[in-house]
Amino acid sequence: VDIEWYLVVSAFVFSIGAAGVLTRRNPLVILLCLELMLNAANLALIAFSRMHGNGDGQVFAIIVMVVAACEVTVGLGVIVAMYRRRIPIDVDEARELHG
Amino acid sequence: MAVVAFFAASILAIIGAVGVVSLGNPFFNVLALVVHLIALAALFLLLRAEFVAAAQIVVYAGAVMVLYVFVVAYVGGKDEPIGGATGGGSRALAFLFAGALLVEICIAVLGSGLQALNTEGAGYEPGIEAQGTPAYIGRLLLTKFLFPFEAASILLLVAAVGAVVLARRRGGAGIDDDRIPFLTALRPPGTGTMAEAASGRLGPEPPILTSGEPERGPTEAGGW
Repeated sequence: VDIEWYLVVSAFVFSIGAAGVLTRRNPLVILLCLELMLNAANLALIAFSRMHGNGDGQVFAIIVMVVAACEVTVGLGVIVAMYRRRIPIDVDEARELHG
Repeated sequence: MAVVAFFAASILAIIGAVGVVSLGNPFFNVLALVVHLIALAALFLLLRAEFVAAAQIVVYAGAVMVLYVFVVAYVGGKDEPIGGATGGGSRALAFLFAGALLVEICIAVLGSGLQALNTEGAGYEPGIEAQGTPAYIGRLLLTKFLFPFEAASILLLVAAVGAVVLARRRGGAGIDDDRIPFLTALRPPGTGTMAEAASGRLGPEPPILTSGEPERGPTEAGGW
């Protein structure tokens, strides 16, 4: 299968994730959609790594996974803190930055 | 064979992605993401990235998704109406934007003029240190990419500390009044320290009176 096909799949997944970030209001689901976008980027990186025949893209993909894990831990911590403070779990309600 | 595997995995990945975006219950969103991640791991295997595929399944589809399930269970998976309060006009605009993004990425990638895009990639010879094996990735991580590797580990540490600070009992950044001092944690009140014996106190510390008449102590009573 040509490398192009992998990149097209990656573009599809990225766009679906972007649509989810734009339309959903539950921050948990928005985090999931961000994961989708990061994974689409991972797929493109690994496809390019295969195209060039060296492993740099794969190492980059592993680093992206680390960053995604960090984003998940901090994001879920924020959601749990919102829940404990009785703030509604809805990004439309949480529009002020003050604590 | 590879073509069949590719199309099966990519269709499954796209179905999983659509499920993440469109399903109403957050539990189902998480499960759809697990399906998507496993299909993506199959694509990674087809691209000769064995180590990344294994890490994807173990770390992502395993650990990170369990974290998600815990948080969804804690916060409460409340069904969100897909229509929602957001107006139909802005939703249509969002999907239009996503479609435009897709077209733009496809044009950018396929029109990039990279010569090897319509090939199956560079040559690949199987072996114990072939591209994508753990030995190969480990050698790269500890030689060529040592600095990004260490930076990623520091980032993980910072994120772990940040998550602990955010998810503390009193709910995030703020001054805690009920913080337990270190010595109290080490030896709880009422366990027979010299200070407790001297003050004649057994058991936990009495509540501090903030207002009203002062507590009548032994000195005011004339001394015991």
